[in-house]
Amino acid sequence: MRCSTRNAPGVHELAVCQGLMTQVEQIARREHAARVTRILLRIGPLSGVEPQLLSDAFPIAAAGSVAADAELAIEPQPIRVRCLTCGEESAASTNRLVCGACGDYRTQLLSGDELLLASLELERRDNV
Amino acid sequence: MCDTCGCNVTDANRHLIEGDGRLAQTESGRDAISVLQGLLSENDRLAAHNREHFDSHRVLALNLMSSPGSGKTRLLEETIGALSGELRIAVIEGDLETENDAQRIRDKGVAAVQITTGTACHLDAHMVHDALHALDLDQVDILFIENVGNLVCPASFDLGQHRNVTLLSVTEGDDKPAKYPVMFRAADLMLISKSDLLAVLDDFSPDKAQRHLRELASTAPVHTLSARSGEGMQAWLDWLRSEHSAAKDRAAHGQTLRPAIQPDGQRLHTHEHTHQHAHHGHGRPGHD
Repeated sequence: MRCSTRNAPGVHELAVCQGLMTQVEQIARREHAARVTRILLRIGPLSGVEPQLLSDAFPIAAAGSVAADAELAIEPQPIRVRCLTCGEESAASTNRLVCGACGDYRTQLLSGDELLLASLELERRDNV
Repeated sequence: MCDTCGCNVTDANRHLIEGDGRLAQTESGRDAISVLQGLLSENDRLAAHNREHFDSHRVLALNLMSSPGSGKTRLLEETIGALSGELRIAVIEGDLETENDAQRIRDKGVAAVQITTGTACHLDAHMVHDALHALDLDQVDILFIENVGNLVCPASFDLGQHRNVTLLSVTEGDDKPAKYPVMFRAADLMLISKSDLLAVLDDFSPDKAQRHLRELASTAPVHTLSARSGEGMQAWLDWLRSEHSAAKDRAAHGQTLRPAIQPDGQRLHTHEHTHQHAHHGHGRPGHD
C-alpha cells in the first residue's frame, strides 16, 4: 500500500532498486547488450518491498544507464503455505500464515517472500 | 552461506545460468535472459562475508530490531551490566543522527561504534562491514547490532547476524505483529519490553501479542521483561548464554547459522525445525 502523503519513493525501495541496477548492468555487460528493454521481477508481499514504490524508484535508479528506457514488469507472487501438521497446502495472507485446512500455525512458506530478478530482455550490440 | 548453497547466482555457479539461461530470441528480435537472482544479492554477499568474520572470531552476532523508543538501548545497558565479567560485549548502534546511544553504551565500559545513516531507514551489510573495522572481534563474545528504530525496512536487509531479536514494548499495541508481519516474522526471539508498565497499561495483553506472532507461523520464543525493574531479565540472559555457547560450538565445527526466517522458502527439512538447529548452507527465501 502506497503512502498517499508523499510522492517520493521510499529510501528502502530506492536501495533495493540500486541493487537491481548493479545486477542489470553486470548482466548487460556480460551479454554485450546495447540496451536493456525489459526487466521482469517477481515480488511476494512478504519480501517487505512494495512493488509500486519500487516502480517509482526505478526511473531514478536507471537514469543514464543501459536500462534507462527499459520497461519494469513486476509479477506479484501469491502467499502459499504448507502445513507441517496436516500436510495440506493453502493460500494465506501477510499477517495470517496459519494452515487454511486445520488452522495450525506451524506452517512452511512455499511462496510469497520472493524478491527476484527473473529475467531481462535486451538488444545486443551488432558487432559482437 | 548464500555464496555456496546454490540459491544465488555467484561466480561459482554463474556458468549454470549462462548455459541454461539463454533463451531463444523474442519475436521482436531481442534476447531474453533468464536470471533468477535475488535483488539484494550484493547485500547478501557482503552479509555472508560479515558472518564469516563473526564465525572465525567465535562471535555471536545479534540484530536488535524494534520501533523507536521500545527500550533497545536500555536493555543493552542492563545486559552489559548483568553479563560483566562473564561475556564480552560490543555494540554497533544504528541511528539517523547523533552518537548518543553509542555514548550510553561506552559509559557502561564496552566498545560501541555508532553508524549514523543520515536519511537511510535501515542498516545494511555494507555499513556493518565498515563498522567492524573499528572493532577488535577477538575481544568480543557477543556483538549486538542495534538497528535503526523502524518496524519496516530493517527486516529486509541481512547484516550477517546469526539471530534477529525483535522488541515490542507494552506502550505499543499488542497487535503490532499483525500490522508489521514482515518484521515480526523475521524474529528468532520476541521480547515484550517495559513490562513494569503493564500494571498501568492494561490494554496490552502479552498473550494476545504472542497469538498475533503465532499467526505469522512463527515458532519463536517470547519473553516478557523489564530492563528497569529486572523482571524477566534472567530468561533473556539465559537465552544469550545458550546462544553464545551454541554459536561457539557451530564455529568450532565450521558451521554457521542464519536467522530462522531466511531459509524458509528453501527449507526442505523443516518438520523438527527448532531455533537451536544449525541451518548451515541455506540462503534467503525465494532466491531459487
